[in-house]
Amino acid sequence: MANARLSSAGEIGAWTMFTYRFSKWLKSPTPYLMLVGFGIFFGAWFLLSEVFKFWRFASLPGPREVLLEWFNPNPTYGMSLYTPDYYIHIWSSMRRVLFAFLIATGLGVPFGLFLGWSKNFRDFTFPVFETLRPIPVLAWVPLAIVMFKGDETPVIFLTTLASFYATALNTMLGVQSIDESYPRAAACLGASRWQIFRHIIVPGALPFIFTGLQISVGVAWFSLVAAEMVSGEYGLGYLILASYVNVQYVVIIIGMISVGVVGYASSALVRLAGDYLMQWRVRELALGGR
Amino acid sequence: MNIRQEFATKGAIRIEHVDKVYHAREGEVQAVADCSLEIRPGEICMIVGPSGCGKTTLLNAIAGFHDITGGAIYLDGELLCGPDRPKAEPGPDRVVVFQNGALFPWKTNLENVAFGPVVQGKMGRKEAEDKARGMMADAGLVGVEHNYPGEVSSGMRRRVEIVRALMNDPKVLLLDEPFRALDSLTKSVMHEALLEIYYKNKVTIFFITHDLEEAIFLGHRVAIMTTRPCRPKKILEVDIPHPRNYSVLTSPRFRELMEETVSAVHEEAVKAFEAGEKEM
Repeated sequence: MANARLSSAGEIGAWTMFTYRFSKWLKSPTPYLMLVGFGIFFGAWFLLSEVFKFWRFASLPGPREVLLEWFNPNPTYGMSLYTPDYYIHIWSSMRRVLFAFLIATGLGVPFGLFLGWSKNFRDFTFPVFETLRPIPVLAWVPLAIVMFKGDETPVIFLTTLASFYATALNTMLGVQSIDESYPRAAACLGASRWQIFRHIIVPGALPFIFTGLQISVGVAWFSLVAAEMVSGEYGLGYLILASYVNVQYVVIIIGMISVGVVGYASSALVRLAGDYLMQWRVRELALGGR
Repeated sequence: MNIRQEFATKGAIRIEHVDKVYHAREGEVQAVADCSLEIRPGEICMIVGPSGCGKTTLLNAIAGFHDITGGAIYLDGELLCGPDRPKAEPGPDRVVVFQNGALFPWKTNLENVAFGPVVQGKMGRKEAEDKARGMMADAGLVGVEHNYPGEVSSGMRRRVEIVRALMNDPKVLLLDEPFRALDSLTKSVMHEALLEIYYKNKVTIFFITHDLEEAIFLGHRVAIMTTRPCRPKKILEVDIPHPRNYSVLTSPRFRELMEETVSAVHEEAVKAFEAGEKEM
């Protein structure tokens, strides 16, 4: 009977769901296509820069050169998987992104919820918000240094900015995307304005909020690199800039790939957190074959 | 003719000379004009009219989603909306079941059904969920309590939504083409399910549809509405005794009633079509 099947689906835990989806993923073409994609990318880079030395690519460090340095216990330029400094750079950047992401989320989600929920609030804050939003992080650097004391706070401020915009904007759109019959139904059932906010607006906007958070964490990484280029003594952004000054192109690429990998991992974590909080959505999508 | 109706003492809606004018881009649109209709306590009153004729506007006024620009609506003698108070407050005495369904997708079916009494502070969560389980079982909804609405069939979702409404012991259920999106087989199952639920619960049903067959099958009375502006054109007493089941559809009396009204409905549909009303 259909009911019985559905009720057993109701008791499936998050872990079973995860392993099930993972084994399904392994049987699908997805992981293999991913490997092919990386293969083509690195292959092309290798051929252009190291084999054919094609045009300007000749002056670029090739992947073989980068890998050899990266895995070298005695690196030529003093930076590899074997040097403690490398991890200090990664750790300082991760810590800054974490702080910035938490601040941006803590401010951006409530701000976005109110933007979407209250027309008055939107009317007087949204124009200011939209004026500030296009201003690039780099333009804020001098002001950040004047406004904030110390080495860390200006960097965190600069990293927070763009993340905050992404989170707030998506949260607002999330609230506006909610079908009006949901708050109406809740009002019919006797919910107060505050209860509608808590039970309808917040969960209803959650899919958009998490889209925003994924964008936000990515944006945090690239603002961070820009911010660290200007101030800070550790961090992947600082490493890239310092290597530029010292003409160590191999280290620049090591820094770039490190940002890419850590950034990928952090948005995957945000996605996992979203799936955990939105079981209803995961199950709906799973029924649709996704 | 019908035992239930005589026992019901609450859920009488009086619609008196209601007007509703919208301000749309192309100017003022009169959606409802001088509409008067009395809905008896405990009856199933079917409101039939072509799409976009203004039936939903009437429902929105009763539910308290929109204001009216003239006239008054009373529930059991108490003013819902009128000249001094153009918009009613939505509340659990008049619960709407929406056209496209409005179960909260982020709550399980059980949490949805228990939602009303919990937010009203009438019951604790545990108590509400116990009652919800019982009511769902009565409506044949066993084994789907912990599923999310997105995981069950659309027919089942509709039943859950109706049970969620009935949890509040409302005076009136306002149904806005609730079975419109269902295929005709599911629809026929839902009709019997709705009647079954209705026979067990003391409630007035205000049911909007554009399906005449559905209207005559379910209703004690069928109000055929004119197309914009909306007002009753003809009110049909359906003298087929309740409880009904699907054999009614092939009875001679059902055919007669269909014949009596089909031309009136068709006439309005043609008018609506010629006026270029879009599907809403």
